[in-house]
Amino acid sequence: MTSIAATSAPARARRIGVSRRQWVGLLYVLPAVAFVTVFFVIPLGMTAWMSLHNWPLMGEHAFIGLDNYFAILRDTRFWNALKFTFYYTLIVTIAIFAVAFPLAIFIERPRPLTNLYRTAFFMPAVVGFASASLLWSWLLNVDSGLFSPAAYDLGLTERKVNLLATFQPAFWSIIAMVVWKVAGFTMIILMTGLQSIPQDLQEAAVIDGAGPFARFRAITLPLMRRTLALALILSVAGSILAFDQFYIILRGGPRNQTLTAVYWIFNQSFVSFKLGYGAALSMVLLVILVALSLIQLWLLRKPEGLD
Amino acid sequence: MAEAMSQHRKAAFSLARHSTGIIASVLFLAPIVWTVLSTFKPAQEARQPPLPPWPTTGFSVENYQTLNTFGDGLWASAQNSIYVSVMTVLLSVLVSVLAGYGFSRFRFPFRDFFFILILSTIMIPFQSILTPIFLVLTKLGLHNTLTGLVCVYVTLQLPFSIFMMRNAFDAVPREIEEAARMDGANNVTMLVKVMLPLVWPGVVTIALFAFLGAWNEFLAALVLMTDQSKFTLPVMMTALQSGRFGAIDWGAVQAGVTVMMVPCLILFLALQRFYIRGLMAGAVK
Repeated sequence: MTSIAATSAPARARRIGVSRRQWVGLLYVLPAVAFVTVFFVIPLGMTAWMSLHNWPLMGEHAFIGLDNYFAILRDTRFWNALKFTFYYTLIVTIAIFAVAFPLAIFIERPRPLTNLYRTAFFMPAVVGFASASLLWSWLLNVDSGLFSPAAYDLGLTERKVNLLATFQPAFWSIIAMVVWKVAGFTMIILMTGLQSIPQDLQEAAVIDGAGPFARFRAITLPLMRRTLALALILSVAGSILAFDQFYIILRGGPRNQTLTAVYWIFNQSFVSFKLGYGAALSMVLLVILVALSLIQLWLLRKPEGLD
Repeated sequence: MAEAMSQHRKAAFSLARHSTGIIASVLFLAPIVWTVLSTFKPAQEARQPPLPPWPTTGFSVENYQTLNTFGDGLWASAQNSIYVSVMTVLLSVLVSVLAGYGFSRFRFPFRDFFFILILSTIMIPFQSILTPIFLVLTKLGLHNTLTGLVCVYVTLQLPFSIFMMRNAFDAVPREIEEAARMDGANNVTMLVKVMLPLVWPGVVTIALFAFLGAWNEFLAALVLMTDQSKFTLPVMMTALQSGRFGAIDWGAVQAGVTVMMVPCLILFLALQRFYIRGLMAGAVK
Protein backbone atom coordinates (compact mmCIF):
# COMPACT_ATOMS: atom_id res chain seq x y z
CA MET A 1 0.00 0.00 0.00
CA THR A 2 2.64 2.44 1.09
CA SER A 3 4.96 1.30 -1.63
CA ILE A 4 2.33 1.99 -4.30
CA ALA A 5 1.70 5.47 -2.93
CA ALA A 6 5.43 6.08 -2.76
CA THR A 7 5.94 5.25 -6.44
CA SER A 8 2.82 6.83 -7.88
CA ALA A 9 2.93 10.18 -6.12
CA PRO A 10 6.09 11.47 -7.84
CA ALA A 11 4.85 10.04 -11.13
CA ARG A 12 1.57 11.89 -10.79
CA ALA A 13 3.34 15.03 -9.68
CA ARG A 14 5.53 14.82 -12.73
CA ARG A 15 2.53 14.30 -14.99
CA ILE A 16 0.79 17.33 -13.51
CA GLY A 17 4.04 19.26 -13.75
CA VAL A 18 4.35 18.32 -17.41
CA SER A 19 0.81 19.28 -18.27
CA ARG A 20 1.11 22.55 -16.36
CA ARG A 21 4.25 23.28 -18.31
CA GLN A 22 2.31 22.57 -21.49
CA TRP A 23 -0.41 25.01 -20.44
CA VAL A 24 2.19 27.78 -20.54
CA GLY A 25 1.99 27.44 -24.32
CA LEU A 26 -1.44 29.01 -24.17
CA LEU A 27 0.12 32.17 -22.76
CA TYR A 28 2.52 32.34 -25.70
CA VAL A 29 -0.20 32.14 -28.31
CA LEU A 30 -2.65 34.34 -26.39
CA PRO A 31 -1.62 37.72 -27.92
CA ALA A 32 -1.99 36.30 -31.43
CA VAL A 33 -5.38 34.80 -30.64
CA ALA A 34 -6.48 38.11 -29.10
CA PHE A 35 -5.48 40.10 -32.21
CA VAL A 36 -7.21 37.69 -34.55
CA THR A 37 -10.34 37.59 -32.37
CA VAL A 38 -10.71 41.35 -31.93
CA PHE A 39 -9.67 42.48 -35.40
CA PHE A 40 -10.87 39.56 -37.49
CA VAL A 41 -13.32 37.10 -35.94
CA ILE A 42 -15.52 39.72 -34.29
CA PRO A 43 -15.63 41.97 -37.38
CA LEU A 44 -16.44 38.90 -39.45
CA GLY A 45 -19.40 38.09 -37.23
CA MET A 46 -20.45 41.73 -37.30
CA THR A 47 -20.42 41.75 -41.09
CA ALA A 48 -22.93 38.90 -41.11
CA TRP A 49 -25.02 40.63 -38.41
CA MET A 50 -24.91 44.05 -40.08
CA SER A 51 -25.93 42.59 -43.41
CA LEU A 52 -29.35 41.88 -41.86
CA HIS A 53 -29.82 45.53 -40.87
CA ASN A 54 -30.52 48.90 -42.30
CA TRP A 55 -27.42 50.51 -40.81
CA PRO A 56 -26.72 54.18 -41.56
CA LEU A 57 -23.57 55.87 -40.26
CA MET A 58 -25.57 58.07 -37.89
CA GLY A 59 -28.78 57.16 -36.10
CA GLU A 60 -30.44 53.89 -35.18
CA HIS A 61 -30.07 50.72 -37.17
CA ALA A 62 -33.08 48.52 -37.79
CA PHE A 63 -33.35 44.78 -38.36
CA ILE A 64 -34.69 44.13 -41.85
CA GLY A 65 -34.01 40.41 -42.32
CA LEU A 66 -32.84 39.47 -45.77
CA ASP A 67 -33.99 42.69 -47.43
CA ASN A 68 -30.42 43.76 -48.22
CA TYR A 69 -29.85 40.48 -50.04
CA PHE A 70 -33.06 40.91 -52.03
CA ALA A 71 -31.89 44.41 -52.90
CA ILE A 72 -28.61 42.94 -54.19
CA LEU A 73 -30.55 40.73 -56.59
CA ARG A 74 -32.01 43.88 -58.16
CA ASP A 75 -28.77 45.89 -58.01
CA THR A 76 -27.74 45.77 -61.66
CA ARG A 77 -24.77 48.06 -61.03
CA PHE A 78 -23.34 45.56 -58.55
CA TRP A 79 -23.79 42.71 -61.02
CA ASN A 80 -22.13 44.83 -63.69
CA ALA A 81 -19.24 45.48 -61.31
CA LEU A 82 -18.99 41.76 -60.58
CA LYS A 83 -19.13 40.95 -64.28
CA PHE A 84 -16.38 43.46 -64.99
CA THR A 85 -14.30 42.05 -62.10
CA PHE A 86 -14.51 38.53 -63.53
CA TYR A 87 -13.71 39.78 -67.03
CA TYR A 88 -10.68 41.66 -65.71
CA THR A 89 -9.60 38.62 -63.66
CA LEU A 90 -9.75 36.35 -66.71
CA ILE A 91 -7.82 38.68 -69.01
CA VAL A 92 -5.19 39.76 -66.50
CA THR A 93 -4.52 36.19 -65.35
CA ILE A 94 -3.96 35.03 -68.92
CA ALA A 95 -1.72 38.04 -69.57
CA ILE A 96 0.32 37.48 -66.40
CA PHE A 97 0.90 33.81 -67.19
CA ALA A 98 1.74 34.56 -70.82
CA VAL A 99 4.58 36.78 -69.58
CA ALA A 100 5.58 35.00 -66.37
CA PHE A 101 5.88 31.46 -67.73
CA PRO A 102 8.46 32.24 -70.42
CA LEU A 103 10.36 34.36 -67.89
CA ALA A 104 10.33 31.48 -65.39
CA ILE A 105 11.78 29.13 -68.01
CA PHE A 106 14.31 31.82 -68.91
CA ILE A 107 15.68 32.14 -65.36
CA GLU A 108 15.12 28.58 -64.19
CA ARG A 109 18.67 27.26 -64.59
CA PRO A 110 21.71 29.03 -63.17
CA ARG A 111 23.65 30.51 -66.08
CA PRO A 112 25.81 33.64 -66.26
CA LEU A 113 23.87 36.78 -65.23
CA THR A 114 20.68 34.83 -64.46
CA ASN A 115 20.49 36.25 -60.94
CA LEU A 116 20.80 39.76 -62.29
CA TYR A 117 17.96 39.25 -64.79
CA ARG A 118 15.79 37.64 -62.14
CA THR A 119 16.28 40.59 -59.80
CA ALA A 120 15.47 43.05 -62.58
CA PHE A 121 12.24 41.24 -63.54
CA PHE A 122 11.22 41.08 -59.91
CA MET A 123 11.82 44.72 -58.95
CA PRO A 124 8.32 46.04 -59.79
CA ALA A 125 6.81 43.31 -57.60
CA VAL A 126 8.17 44.85 -54.39
CA VAL A 127 6.77 48.28 -55.23
CA GLY A 128 3.29 48.73 -53.75
CA PHE A 129 0.15 48.68 -55.89
CA ALA A 130 -0.60 52.25 -54.87
CA SER A 131 2.90 53.47 -55.87
CA ALA A 132 2.73 51.58 -59.15
CA SER A 133 -0.72 53.01 -59.87
CA LEU A 134 0.42 56.57 -59.13
CA LEU A 135 3.48 56.07 -61.31
CA TRP A 136 1.42 54.77 -64.24
CA SER A 137 -1.26 57.43 -63.81
CA TRP A 138 1.51 59.87 -64.63
CA LEU A 139 2.91 57.80 -67.53
CA LEU A 140 -0.64 57.49 -68.95
CA ASN A 141 -1.49 61.17 -68.56
CA VAL A 142 -2.30 62.79 -71.88
CA ASP A 143 -0.42 66.06 -71.36
CA SER A 144 2.43 65.40 -68.93
CA GLY A 145 2.78 61.64 -69.34
CA LEU A 146 4.96 59.46 -71.51
CA PHE A 147 2.94 57.21 -73.81
CA SER A 148 0.62 59.64 -75.62
CA PRO A 149 3.26 62.37 -76.19
CA ALA A 150 5.83 59.76 -77.27
CA ALA A 151 3.42 58.18 -79.76
CA TYR A 152 2.59 61.66 -81.08
CA ASP A 153 6.26 62.68 -81.37
CA LEU A 154 7.08 59.47 -83.22
CA GLY A 155 4.24 60.23 -85.65
CA LEU A 156 2.24 57.15 -84.66
CA THR A 157 -0.84 59.23 -83.86
CA GLU A 158 -2.05 62.47 -85.45
CA ARG A 159 -2.79 64.07 -82.11
CA LYS A 160 -2.18 63.23 -78.47
CA VAL A 161 -4.65 60.46 -77.62
CA ASN A 162 -6.09 60.42 -74.10
CA LEU A 163 -5.64 56.75 -73.23
CA LEU A 164 -7.87 57.00 -70.18
CA ALA A 165 -10.88 58.57 -71.89
CA THR A 166 -12.42 55.47 -73.44
CA PHE A 167 -12.88 51.96 -72.14
CA GLN A 168 -10.65 49.84 -74.36
CA PRO A 169 -7.36 51.77 -74.11
CA ALA A 170 -7.97 52.48 -70.42
CA PHE A 171 -8.64 48.81 -69.68
CA TRP A 172 -5.60 47.57 -71.58
CA SER A 173 -3.43 50.21 -69.93
CA ILE A 174 -4.40 48.78 -66.55
CA ILE A 175 -3.66 45.25 -67.81
CA ALA A 176 -0.21 46.38 -68.96
CA MET A 177 0.49 48.04 -65.61
CA VAL A 178 -0.61 45.00 -63.59
CA VAL A 179 1.40 42.59 -65.76
CA TRP A 180 4.44 44.83 -65.32
CA LYS A 181 3.95 44.83 -61.56
CA VAL A 182 2.93 41.19 -60.92
CA ALA A 183 4.68 39.06 -63.59
CA GLY A 184 7.95 38.89 -61.61
CA PHE A 185 6.11 37.55 -58.58
CA THR A 186 4.32 34.83 -60.55
CA MET A 187 7.62 34.07 -62.30
CA ILE A 188 9.33 33.23 -58.98
CA ILE A 189 6.52 30.91 -57.94
CA LEU A 190 6.56 29.12 -61.30
CA MET A 191 10.36 28.91 -61.10
CA THR A 192 10.18 26.96 -57.84
CA GLY A 193 7.89 24.49 -59.60
CA LEU A 194 10.22 24.13 -62.58
CA GLN A 195 13.24 23.62 -60.35
CA SER A 196 11.51 20.82 -58.46
CA ILE A 197 11.29 18.70 -61.63
CA PRO A 198 14.12 16.14 -61.60
CA GLN A 199 16.66 16.94 -64.30
CA ASP A 200 17.24 13.28 -65.23
CA LEU A 201 13.56 12.90 -66.12
CA GLN A 202 13.99 15.55 -68.82
CA GLU A 203 17.24 13.99 -70.00
CA ALA A 204 15.64 10.54 -70.23
CA ALA A 205 12.89 12.04 -72.37
CA VAL A 206 15.48 13.64 -74.65
CA ILE A 207 17.15 10.25 -75.12
CA ASP A 208 13.74 8.77 -75.92
CA GLY A 209 13.49 11.35 -78.69
CA ALA A 210 10.86 13.66 -77.20
CA GLY A 211 10.88 17.18 -78.64
CA PRO A 212 10.76 20.27 -76.41
CA PHE A 213 7.02 20.68 -76.86
CA ALA A 214 6.25 17.02 -76.07
CA ARG A 215 8.50 17.22 -73.00
CA PHE A 216 6.72 20.36 -71.81
CA ARG A 217 3.32 18.70 -72.16
CA ALA A 218 4.22 15.27 -70.80
CA ILE A 219 6.65 16.15 -68.02
CA THR A 220 6.71 19.83 -67.11
CA LEU A 221 2.98 20.56 -66.93
CA PRO A 222 1.86 17.47 -64.97
CA LEU A 223 4.71 17.72 -62.47
CA MET A 224 3.99 21.41 -61.94
CA ARG A 225 0.32 20.88 -61.16
CA ARG A 226 0.49 22.12 -57.58
CA THR A 227 2.69 25.12 -58.36
CA LEU A 228 0.50 26.09 -61.30
CA ALA A 229 -2.59 25.80 -59.14
CA LEU A 230 -1.01 27.99 -56.47
CA ALA A 231 0.10 30.69 -58.92
CA LEU A 232 -3.30 30.59 -60.58
CA ILE A 233 -5.27 30.92 -57.35
CA LEU A 234 -3.03 33.75 -56.08
CA SER A 235 -3.57 35.62 -59.33
CA VAL A 236 -7.32 35.00 -59.43
CA ALA A 237 -7.91 35.89 -55.76
CA GLY A 238 -5.76 39.02 -56.05
CA SER A 239 -7.55 40.15 -59.21
CA ILE A 240 -11.05 39.61 -57.82
CA LEU A 241 -10.09 41.93 -54.95
CA ALA A 242 -8.58 44.56 -57.27
CA PHE A 243 -9.16 48.11 -56.12
CA ASP A 244 -6.06 50.33 -55.93
CA GLN A 245 -5.29 50.61 -59.64
CA PHE A 246 -8.92 51.25 -60.67
CA TYR A 247 -9.41 53.82 -57.92
CA ILE A 248 -6.12 55.65 -58.43
CA ILE A 249 -5.73 55.57 -62.21
CA LEU A 250 -9.33 55.55 -63.45
CA ARG A 251 -11.60 56.48 -60.49
CA GLY A 252 -13.86 53.75 -61.83
CA GLY A 253 -14.20 55.59 -65.13
CA PRO A 254 -14.64 56.12 -67.99
CA ARG A 255 -18.39 56.30 -67.30
CA ASN A 256 -18.19 53.93 -64.30
CA GLN A 257 -17.25 51.09 -66.63
CA THR A 258 -14.30 49.95 -64.54
CA LEU A 259 -15.92 49.76 -61.11
CA THR A 260 -14.78 46.49 -59.52
CA ALA A 261 -16.65 44.56 -56.83
CA VAL A 262 -14.49 45.93 -54.00
CA TYR A 263 -14.80 49.42 -55.46
CA TRP A 264 -18.62 49.14 -55.47
CA ILE A 265 -18.61 47.92 -51.85
CA PHE A 266 -16.28 50.80 -50.95
CA ASN A 267 -18.67 53.28 -52.61
CA GLN A 268 -21.75 51.88 -50.89
CA SER A 269 -20.11 51.65 -47.46
CA PHE A 270 -17.85 54.69 -47.29
CA VAL A 271 -19.24 57.14 -49.83
CA SER A 272 -22.99 56.51 -49.49
CA PHE A 273 -22.59 55.20 -45.90
CA LYS A 274 -25.08 52.36 -46.41
CA LEU A 275 -23.17 50.19 -43.97
CA GLY A 276 -25.75 47.38 -43.77
CA TYR A 277 -26.06 47.10 -47.52
CA GLY A 278 -22.26 47.24 -47.89
CA ALA A 279 -22.00 44.39 -45.38
CA ALA A 280 -24.42 42.27 -47.42
CA LEU A 281 -22.38 42.95 -50.56
CA SER A 282 -19.26 42.00 -48.58
CA MET A 283 -20.84 38.68 -47.65
CA VAL A 284 -21.35 37.90 -51.35
CA LEU A 285 -17.70 38.70 -52.07
CA LEU A 286 -16.61 36.67 -49.06
CA VAL A 287 -18.53 33.59 -50.21
CA ILE A 288 -16.87 33.83 -53.64
CA LEU A 289 -13.39 34.07 -52.13
CA VAL A 290 -13.95 31.25 -49.62
CA ALA A 291 -15.21 29.04 -52.45
CA LEU A 292 -12.01 29.87 -54.33
CA SER A 293 -9.92 28.94 -51.29
CA LEU A 294 -11.70 25.59 -51.02
CA ILE A 295 -10.98 24.93 -54.69
CA GLN A 296 -7.38 25.83 -53.94
CA LEU A 297 -7.15 23.36 -51.05
CA TRP A 298 -8.55 20.68 -53.37
CA LEU A 299 -6.13 21.49 -56.17
CA LEU A 300 -3.17 21.66 -53.80
CA ARG A 301 -3.96 18.36 -52.05
CA LYS A 302 -0.92 16.14 -51.75
CA PRO A 303 -0.51 14.10 -54.94
CA GLU A 304 -1.25 10.41 -54.55
CA GLY A 305 1.79 8.49 -55.75
CA LEU A 306 3.30 10.30 -58.70
CA ASP A 307 -0.05 11.40 -60.09
CA MET B 1 34.14 20.74 -88.10
CA ALA B 2 31.30 19.56 -85.82
CA GLU B 3 33.19 21.07 -82.93
CA ALA B 4 33.24 24.46 -84.64
CA MET B 5 29.56 24.21 -85.47
CA SER B 6 28.65 23.52 -81.87
CA GLN B 7 30.90 26.39 -80.69
CA HIS B 8 29.12 28.61 -83.16
CA ARG B 9 25.68 27.52 -82.00
CA LYS B 10 26.64 28.04 -78.38
CA ALA B 11 27.70 31.60 -79.09
CA ALA B 12 24.48 32.28 -81.01
CA PHE B 13 22.40 30.83 -78.17
CA SER B 14 24.24 32.92 -75.62
CA LEU B 15 23.78 36.07 -77.70
CA ALA B 16 20.04 35.42 -78.11
CA ARG B 17 19.70 34.72 -74.39
CA HIS B 18 21.45 37.87 -73.28
CA SER B 19 19.64 40.14 -75.73
CA THR B 20 16.32 38.74 -74.52
CA GLY B 21 17.41 39.20 -70.92
CA ILE B 22 18.57 42.76 -71.46
CA ILE B 23 15.47 43.85 -73.38
CA ALA B 24 13.16 42.31 -70.80
CA SER B 25 15.15 43.86 -67.93
CA VAL B 26 14.94 47.28 -69.56
CA LEU B 27 11.16 46.93 -69.95
CA PHE B 28 10.72 46.03 -66.29
CA LEU B 29 13.09 48.68 -64.94
CA ALA B 30 12.25 51.53 -67.32
CA PRO B 31 9.15 52.91 -65.53
CA ILE B 32 11.04 53.03 -62.22
CA VAL B 33 14.19 54.59 -63.66
CA TRP B 34 12.16 57.02 -65.78
CA THR B 35 10.31 58.29 -62.72
CA VAL B 36 13.36 58.63 -60.50
CA LEU B 37 15.28 60.57 -63.19
CA SER B 38 12.32 62.86 -63.91
CA THR B 39 12.01 63.95 -60.29
CA PHE B 40 15.24 65.92 -60.62
CA LYS B 41 13.85 68.28 -63.24
CA PRO B 42 12.87 71.82 -62.28
CA ALA B 43 9.09 72.09 -61.65
CA GLN B 44 8.54 73.90 -64.95
CA GLU B 45 10.16 71.11 -66.95
CA ALA B 46 8.48 68.34 -64.91
CA ARG B 47 5.12 69.44 -66.28
CA GLN B 48 6.24 68.60 -69.82
CA PRO B 49 6.27 65.02 -71.18
CA PRO B 50 9.39 63.21 -69.89
CA LEU B 51 11.22 63.08 -73.21
CA PRO B 52 14.06 62.55 -72.49
CA PRO B 53 13.59 61.35 -68.89
CA TRP B 54 16.64 63.12 -67.46
CA PRO B 55 16.68 66.85 -66.65
CA THR B 56 17.66 69.02 -69.62
CA THR B 57 17.30 72.46 -68.06
CA GLY B 58 19.41 71.85 -64.99
CA PHE B 59 19.37 69.58 -61.98
CA SER B 60 16.90 70.50 -59.22
CA VAL B 61 15.22 69.12 -56.11
CA GLU B 62 12.35 71.58 -56.42
CA ASN B 63 9.79 68.77 -56.80
CA TYR B 64 10.73 67.34 -53.43
CA GLN B 65 10.52 70.77 -51.85
CA THR B 66 7.06 71.62 -53.23
CA LEU B 67 5.84 68.22 -52.03
CA ASN B 68 6.15 69.51 -48.50
CA THR B 69 3.74 72.38 -49.18
CA PHE B 70 0.60 70.28 -49.81
CA GLY B 71 -1.73 69.78 -46.85
CA ASP B 72 0.30 68.78 -43.83
CA GLY B 73 3.25 68.10 -46.08
CA LEU B 74 4.97 65.04 -47.38
CA TRP B 75 7.23 64.79 -44.38
CA ALA B 76 4.23 64.46 -42.03
CA SER B 77 2.81 61.62 -44.16
CA ALA B 78 6.20 60.01 -44.46
CA GLN B 79 6.52 60.09 -40.67
CA ASN B 80 3.08 58.48 -40.36
CA SER B 81 4.10 55.79 -42.84
CA ILE B 82 7.39 55.14 -41.06
CA TYR B 83 5.67 54.97 -37.67
CA VAL B 84 2.97 52.60 -38.90
CA SER B 85 5.44 50.36 -40.74
CA VAL B 86 7.99 50.15 -37.94
CA MET B 87 5.34 49.52 -35.29
CA THR B 88 3.76 46.84 -37.49
CA VAL B 89 7.16 45.16 -37.84
CA LEU B 90 7.92 45.25 -34.11
CA LEU B 91 4.50 44.15 -32.94
CA SER B 92 3.95 41.43 -35.55
CA VAL B 93 7.44 40.00 -34.93
CA LEU B 94 6.86 39.97 -31.17
CA VAL B 95 3.42 38.37 -31.42
CA SER B 96 4.41 35.79 -34.04
CA VAL B 97 7.66 34.75 -32.37
CA LEU B 98 5.75 34.10 -29.14
CA ALA B 99 2.95 32.29 -30.97
CA GLY B 100 5.30 30.32 -33.21
CA TYR B 101 7.22 29.14 -30.14
CA GLY B 102 3.99 28.30 -28.31
CA PHE B 103 2.54 26.34 -31.20
CA SER B 104 5.80 24.53 -31.89
CA ARG B 105 6.89 23.51 -28.41
CA PHE B 106 3.80 23.07 -26.22
CA ARG B 107 0.80 20.77 -26.33
CA PHE B 108 -2.14 22.58 -24.75
CA PRO B 109 -5.89 22.24 -25.20
CA PHE B 110 -7.31 23.79 -28.38
CA ARG B 111 -3.81 24.20 -29.81
CA ASP B 112 -4.76 22.93 -33.24
CA PHE B 113 -8.05 24.83 -33.14
CA PHE B 114 -6.25 28.14 -32.51
CA PHE B 115 -3.62 27.44 -35.14
CA ILE B 116 -6.21 26.64 -37.80
CA LEU B 117 -8.30 29.63 -36.72
CA ILE B 118 -5.35 31.98 -37.28
CA LEU B 119 -4.31 30.41 -40.58
CA SER B 120 -7.84 30.29 -41.96
CA THR B 121 -8.19 34.08 -41.75
CA ILE B 122 -6.05 34.16 -44.88
CA MET B 123 -9.01 32.72 -46.80
CA ILE B 124 -11.24 35.67 -45.96
CA PRO B 125 -10.57 38.96 -47.72
CA PHE B 126 -10.09 41.77 -45.19
CA GLN B 127 -11.73 44.07 -47.75
CA SER B 128 -15.05 42.49 -46.80
CA ILE B 129 -14.77 43.26 -43.07
CA LEU B 130 -13.50 46.84 -43.20
CA THR B 131 -16.74 48.45 -42.01
CA PRO B 132 -16.93 46.43 -38.77
CA ILE B 133 -13.19 46.99 -38.24
CA PHE B 134 -13.96 50.69 -38.43
CA LEU B 135 -16.69 50.27 -35.78
CA VAL B 136 -14.49 48.08 -33.54
CA LEU B 137 -11.70 50.68 -33.66
CA THR B 138 -14.23 53.38 -32.73
CA LYS B 139 -15.42 51.28 -29.75
CA LEU B 140 -11.81 50.86 -28.59
CA GLY B 141 -11.11 54.57 -28.91
CA LEU B 142 -8.60 53.84 -31.69
CA HIS B 143 -10.71 55.48 -34.37
CA ASN B 144 -8.58 57.57 -36.73
CA THR B 145 -5.35 56.73 -34.90
CA LEU B 146 -2.17 55.31 -36.37
CA THR B 147 -2.15 52.76 -33.53
CA GLY B 148 -5.51 51.45 -34.75
CA LEU B 149 -4.11 51.06 -38.24
CA VAL B 150 -1.09 49.21 -36.81
CA CYS B 151 -3.41 46.75 -35.02
CA VAL B 152 -5.19 46.00 -38.29
CA TYR B 153 -1.92 45.53 -40.20
CA VAL B 154 -0.48 43.25 -37.51
CA THR B 155 -3.59 41.07 -37.66
CA LEU B 156 -3.30 40.83 -41.44
CA GLN B 157 0.36 39.71 -41.13
CA LEU B 158 -0.25 37.04 -38.49
CA PRO B 159 -1.32 34.03 -40.59
CA PHE B 160 1.80 34.20 -42.75
CA SER B 161 4.25 35.13 -40.01
CA ILE B 162 2.99 32.64 -37.43
CA PHE B 163 3.12 29.89 -40.05
CA MET B 164 6.71 30.92 -40.86
CA MET B 165 7.78 31.09 -37.21
CA ARG B 166 6.17 27.78 -36.27
CA ASN B 167 8.09 26.10 -39.09
CA ALA B 168 11.29 27.85 -38.01
CA PHE B 169 10.91 26.63 -34.41
CA ASP B 170 9.93 23.14 -35.58
CA ALA B 171 13.26 22.96 -37.43
CA VAL B 172 15.29 23.52 -34.24
CA PRO B 173 16.29 20.15 -32.69
CA ARG B 174 14.79 19.53 -29.26
CA GLU B 175 18.18 18.41 -27.90
CA ILE B 176 19.36 22.01 -27.92
CA GLU B 177 16.47 23.00 -25.69
CA GLU B 178 16.96 20.07 -23.35
CA ALA B 179 20.63 20.92 -22.94
CA ALA B 180 19.75 24.52 -22.10
CA ARG B 181 17.07 23.38 -19.67
CA MET B 182 19.68 21.22 -17.89
CA ASP B 183 21.69 24.38 -17.48
CA GLY B 184 18.72 25.89 -15.67
CA ALA B 185 17.33 28.18 -18.36
CA ASN B 186 13.64 28.99 -17.94
CA ASN B 187 11.17 29.40 -20.80
CA VAL B 188 11.80 33.07 -21.44
CA THR B 189 15.61 33.00 -21.33
CA MET B 190 15.44 29.87 -23.46
CA LEU B 191 13.40 31.67 -26.08
CA VAL B 192 15.47 34.85 -26.13
CA LYS B 193 19.00 33.52 -25.62
CA VAL B 194 18.90 30.05 -27.16
CA MET B 195 16.09 29.87 -29.70
CA LEU B 196 15.95 33.36 -31.16
CA PRO B 197 19.44 33.30 -32.71
CA LEU B 198 18.55 29.98 -34.35
CA VAL B 199 15.31 31.22 -35.94
CA TRP B 200 16.75 34.63 -36.85
CA PRO B 201 16.43 34.17 -40.64
CA GLY B 202 12.72 33.53 -40.19
CA VAL B 203 12.41 36.70 -38.09
CA VAL B 204 14.09 38.78 -40.80
CA THR B 205 11.74 37.32 -43.41
CA ILE B 206 8.54 38.11 -41.50
CA ALA B 207 9.86 41.56 -40.56
CA LEU B 208 10.51 42.31 -44.23
CA PHE B 209 7.04 41.19 -45.31
CA ALA B 210 5.43 43.13 -42.46
CA PHE B 211 7.27 46.30 -43.44
CA LEU B 212 6.42 46.05 -47.14
CA GLY B 213 2.81 45.15 -46.34
CA ALA B 214 2.27 48.09 -44.01
CA TRP B 215 4.26 50.59 -46.11
CA ASN B 216 2.32 49.80 -49.28
CA GLU B 217 -1.21 49.15 -47.96
CA PHE B 218 -3.80 51.51 -49.40
CA LEU B 219 -7.46 50.59 -48.96
CA ALA B 220 -7.55 50.18 -45.17
CA ALA B 221 -5.54 53.37 -44.69
CA LEU B 222 -7.89 55.21 -47.06
CA VAL B 223 -10.97 54.04 -45.18
CA LEU B 224 -9.73 54.18 -41.60
CA MET B 225 -7.67 57.40 -41.63
CA THR B 226 -10.13 60.22 -42.22
CA ASP B 227 -8.04 63.02 -40.73
CA GLN B 228 -5.50 64.48 -43.13
CA SER B 229 -2.82 64.71 -40.45
CA LYS B 230 -3.03 60.90 -40.12
CA PHE B 231 -2.65 60.12 -43.84
CA THR B 232 0.02 57.60 -44.80
CA LEU B 233 2.03 58.20 -47.98
CA PRO B 234 -0.19 56.26 -50.41
CA VAL B 235 -3.33 58.05 -49.19
CA MET B 236 -1.63 61.45 -49.17
CA MET B 237 -0.19 61.00 -52.65
CA THR B 238 -3.53 59.83 -54.03
CA ALA B 239 -5.19 62.93 -52.59
CA LEU B 240 -2.52 65.04 -54.28
CA GLN B 241 -2.84 63.16 -57.58
CA SER B 242 -6.64 63.52 -57.57
CA GLY B 243 -6.24 67.30 -57.55
CA ARG B 244 -7.42 67.75 -53.97
CA PHE B 245 -4.81 70.47 -53.46
CA GLY B 246 -5.51 72.32 -56.70
CA ALA B 247 -4.03 71.68 -60.13
CA ILE B 248 -2.14 68.40 -60.25
CA ASP B 249 1.60 68.92 -59.90
CA TRP B 250 3.03 65.91 -61.75
CA GLY B 251 6.55 66.75 -60.65
CA ALA B 252 5.43 66.41 -57.05
CA VAL B 253 3.62 63.15 -57.85
CA GLN B 254 6.83 61.69 -59.32
CA ALA B 255 8.79 62.80 -56.29
CA GLY B 256 6.21 61.28 -53.95
CA VAL B 257 6.18 58.00 -55.86
CA THR B 258 9.97 57.91 -55.64
CA VAL B 259 9.84 58.40 -51.87
CA MET B 260 7.33 55.53 -51.69
CA MET B 261 9.31 53.17 -53.94
CA VAL B 262 12.90 53.64 -52.85
CA PRO B 263 12.68 52.10 -49.34
CA CYS B 264 11.01 48.98 -50.80
CA LEU B 265 13.64 48.63 -53.51
CA ILE B 266 16.56 49.11 -51.11
CA LEU B 267 15.14 46.67 -48.55
CA PHE B 268 14.49 44.11 -51.25
CA LEU B 269 17.97 44.40 -52.77
CA ALA B 270 19.59 44.16 -49.34
CA LEU B 271 17.45 41.28 -48.10
CA GLN B 272 16.57 39.51 -51.36
CA ARG B 273 17.59 36.12 -49.96
CA PHE B 274 15.05 36.43 -47.13
CA TYR B 275 12.32 37.66 -49.44
CA ILE B 276 12.66 34.76 -51.87
CA ARG B 277 12.81 32.40 -48.90
CA GLY B 278 9.47 33.73 -47.67
CA LEU B 279 7.93 33.28 -51.11
CA MET B 280 9.28 29.74 -51.34
CA ALA B 281 7.91 28.86 -47.91
CA GLY B 282 4.52 30.06 -49.06
CA ALA B 283 4.80 28.29 -52.40
CA VAL B 284 6.15 24.93 -51.31
CA LYS B 285 3.93 24.32 -48.30
